[in-house]
Amino acid sequence: MKLNTILATDCGSTTTKAILIENVNGKYRLTFRGEAPTTVEAPFEDVTKGVLNAVQEIEELSGRKLISEDNIITPQNSNEGVDIYVSTSSAGGGLQMMVAGVVKSMSAESAERAALGAGSIVMDVLASNDGRKPHEKITRIRQLRPDMILLSGGTDGGTTSHVTELADILAASNPQPRLGQDYKLPIIYAGNNKARDTIKNTLDGISDLDIVDNIRPILEKENLEPSRDKIHDLFMEHVMAQAPGYKKLMGWTDAPIMPTPGAVGSLIEMIAERDNISVVGVDIGGATTDVFSVFNKKFNRTVSANLGMSYSICNVLADAGLENVLRWVPFKIETSDLINRIGNKMIRPTTVPQSLEELIIEQAIAREALRLSFIQHKNFATSLKGVQSDRTISDAFEQSSSGMSLVNMMELDLLVGSGGVLSHAPRRQQSARMLIDSFMPEGITQLAVDSIFMMPQLGVLANIDKEEFKEDAKDASLEVFEKDCLIRLGTCIAPVGEVDKSTSMGYAELRFSDGEKQTIDLLEGVLLAIEYPYKEVKVEIFPQKSIDIGAGKGEKIATTIFGGEVGIIFDCRNRPISVSDDSQTRVQELKRWSDALNEYPKKAE
Amino acid sequence: MATSYTPGLKVLKKTLFKTKRILPLKGNVHVKVGQDITPDMVVASTNLPGNVQMVKLSNILNIEPKDVENALKVREGDSVQKGEMIAETEGIFGFFKSSFSSPIDGIIESVSSKTGRIIIREKPIPVEIDGYVEGVVDEVIPEEGVVVKSSAAFIQGIFGIAGEKKGVISMISSSPEEELHEDQITSEMKGKILVGGSFISIQAYKKALQYDVAGIVVGGFNYYDLKEILGYNLGVAITGTEKLNTALIVTEGYGNIPMSHSTFSLLKDHDNKIASINGATQIRAGVIRPEIVIPLNSQIKEEKATNDSNYGISVGSVVRIIRSPYFGKIGEVVSLPPELQQMESETMVRVAEIKVNKENFLIPRANLESVETK
Repeated sequence: MKLNTILATDCGSTTTKAILIENVNGKYRLTFRGEAPTTVEAPFEDVTKGVLNAVQEIEELSGRKLISEDNIITPQNSNEGVDIYVSTSSAGGGLQMMVAGVVKSMSAESAERAALGAGSIVMDVLASNDGRKPHEKITRIRQLRPDMILLSGGTDGGTTSHVTELADILAASNPQPRLGQDYKLPIIYAGNNKARDTIKNTLDGISDLDIVDNIRPILEKENLEPSRDKIHDLFMEHVMAQAPGYKKLMGWTDAPIMPTPGAVGSLIEMIAERDNISVVGVDIGGATTDVFSVFNKKFNRTVSANLGMSYSICNVLADAGLENVLRWVPFKIETSDLINRIGNKMIRPTTVPQSLEELIIEQAIAREALRLSFIQHKNFATSLKGVQSDRTISDAFEQSSSGMSLVNMMELDLLVGSGGVLSHAPRRQQSARMLIDSFMPEGITQLAVDSIFMMPQLGVLANIDKEEFKEDAKDASLEVFEKDCLIRLGTCIAPVGEVDKSTSMGYAELRFSDGEKQTIDLLEGVLLAIEYPYKEVKVEIFPQKSIDIGAGKGEKIATTIFGGEVGIIFDCRNRPISVSDDSQTRVQELKRWSDALNEYPKKAE
Repeated sequence: MATSYTPGLKVLKKTLFKTKRILPLKGNVHVKVGQDITPDMVVASTNLPGNVQMVKLSNILNIEPKDVENALKVREGDSVQKGEMIAETEGIFGFFKSSFSSPIDGIIESVSSKTGRIIIREKPIPVEIDGYVEGVVDEVIPEEGVVVKSSAAFIQGIFGIAGEKKGVISMISSSPEEELHEDQITSEMKGKILVGGSFISIQAYKKALQYDVAGIVVGGFNYYDLKEILGYNLGVAITGTEKLNTALIVTEGYGNIPMSHSTFSLLKDHDNKIASINGATQIRAGVIRPEIVIPLNSQIKEEKATNDSNYGISVGSVVRIIRSPYFGKIGEVVSLPPELQQMESETMVRVAEIKVNKENFLIPRANLESVETK
């Protein structure tokens, strides 16, 4: 059966967003969107009310009847209803999990990766060797009241005593679920298969225990899929079923409701696989920042739970330090006044920057939130720890304290940003600058932002299991992602290596689609942009012998790149990007970089 | 007439205040519907499971985990006293025995022959919930707690620290614009709730702590001074569990900001009256703001009270600007243009036209707070 109309919603903690996708002349396009406040909390306490309100907005805009008797019309009936309806959810605080494993850097880390990949917030990671005494662990479990616990530990057939001890600790704490007092807390056991019976005896009575395949069956292998799938099932069956109105919503959807970040991650994974590229995606919200990456076909997600632009803006200040925020501000400001201003944004999170000065400060904080989140991500997205492998001398230098980071900025092909501060920046140049300054891409990297944060809806759409819709749904998801979801900012070209200040790092020859040519001298420390729309540009780059642009030091590259709303950006600032300690020089530098991209309006003096 | 939703803090002269008093775990409720409640009356209680001690007995006695059960002189469910010998090995011909005495008073919760561990649970920890305000039991939630209602004046602050406190309101500053100074705080103010105007310094707050003042209500405080009180940078506004004798409720925000006239005059109307306050704040989904509840002792149990503020603003509404560059200014809504307008930052937003001291400004609606009172 051919899919012609698709309705998808994302129930966020504050807003429910609905999109309508239609098959227009054989191509899937986003045609209408609507939004309404989420209605999980009092006085409504029924998520479907917000969904219907958002869908009603689409009804009004499109003139297409979608709702009948407080229900979404599926399947489509001539000009009424839609073929399928799908949804994601992060309302009510999303999915909050606790994970446990025997060794912190091994099974516990694999469990954390599985939980994060499934879209959850990991409240704490317990491990036999985390340095906490049993009673401290028990107190912590009791305090946190997670939605679900994932317990792992041991390789299959190996020693069982450590993982059994962890189960004893869980049993002794008698964990209570966050939502509702009348159901048992779901615990997933994904550890040593030899310990299953003991675990069952220990945990079956006090929890709703599920057993899946070991997350680390052998030391050298990570098997996240069974745990991730089980988390999704339980999220639906237990957690969501407790939230107001979700039973009804589950009855409406044609595919299981996915946790919002799980759906986004899945979409990013799919894009990376389809185009065979490395991708980094970031979603910076009011409370948290999610980073997703795919390098060497390995997907990773991290949540920086307290780095955000409103609810946790003061935490960004605390973690980054005032100095690091101020280095991005091109004017003098009284620091005590600035700190109080940031504090006031935390306690009044819905306010917006009215003055240019406020906008610049907010974007300075965003740079630091993004930078810190990405550092956390790089430290987490590593190859398996505790595994012996052959390494060359150069690998050894790259090696972090335990496990190697998979994130290689020179290999990165696409960097996608989303979240209010990036998606709704008044000028796209500001989004591009924030992404470049905080992620510091190297070599040739495409930049984009998610126009209205529809990646969650597209992610759940791409995951539909129903055979008759599967292929079409995936096509629809990917087509809309390309055409309507992403706003292409352009390509960043960043040569990396050591040369003297302000000397040449090489040159680039651009050949535009109309045949026109341009040569750019790549001077160290310079940032410049060439305005050019999202069209092909042939480029040849000739770096100096100490400079790498992606093919190795001194190696030339010839490739095709694309412009975008900002154009082609040459970033010859060395890595890591540093600003002068001298405030006058710093202000001049920042102004020069801003002017190069036409980032801010010229304020009348 | 155009209206706009604008979040505002409640400043209510008279309302039917209701509060849920719920136990952390199921337990016993001690009061009935309709019963009069005082702030200190225990309305519900329960026992939290005691802390546990996990003891790796097999290691201590140097035996195999499977032999632990035999060595134990007690069984699961038995009570044990601190110092009581609870396990002993057979030794060799009755000699070289190893023994183990319980480190705590408690109950043997479990014995594992797999790991050789035993778990001893301490005595349950009693938890009591009090009435918090003077009022009447409105509803009993069996085994969980009660809803208490009270005819009261009710004020919400923007941010607070420390949990529930009770005390007599004492006006210290004579106007909303006046700071609450360190030298105005004396030892006679122990247990009172002090009301200042625009600001309290860290030194003055510390003096209040020293004299066991129950609470401070004031317009502004410096964000960066919180670290000195809390011992850490407050990264996320979730508070209420701080172990501080003096709760702090800030009504306007960080910095030196005059308290809104309506808040100040309502507090002044109740000078020397008993109030219950709570500094607990949670600025996330399910927002919790700090509160001041002043029971009125009038019978409005069944009377329809003005329980909710009307958050809508329309032409003529009095509003406060809550973000730079006009932060803290109070004005009147002149018009609510429906079209999006471009701000200096080039952000496109819905605005309200506000008249402040005979001058008109266009302000994003998101940056306005209603200051109407009932």
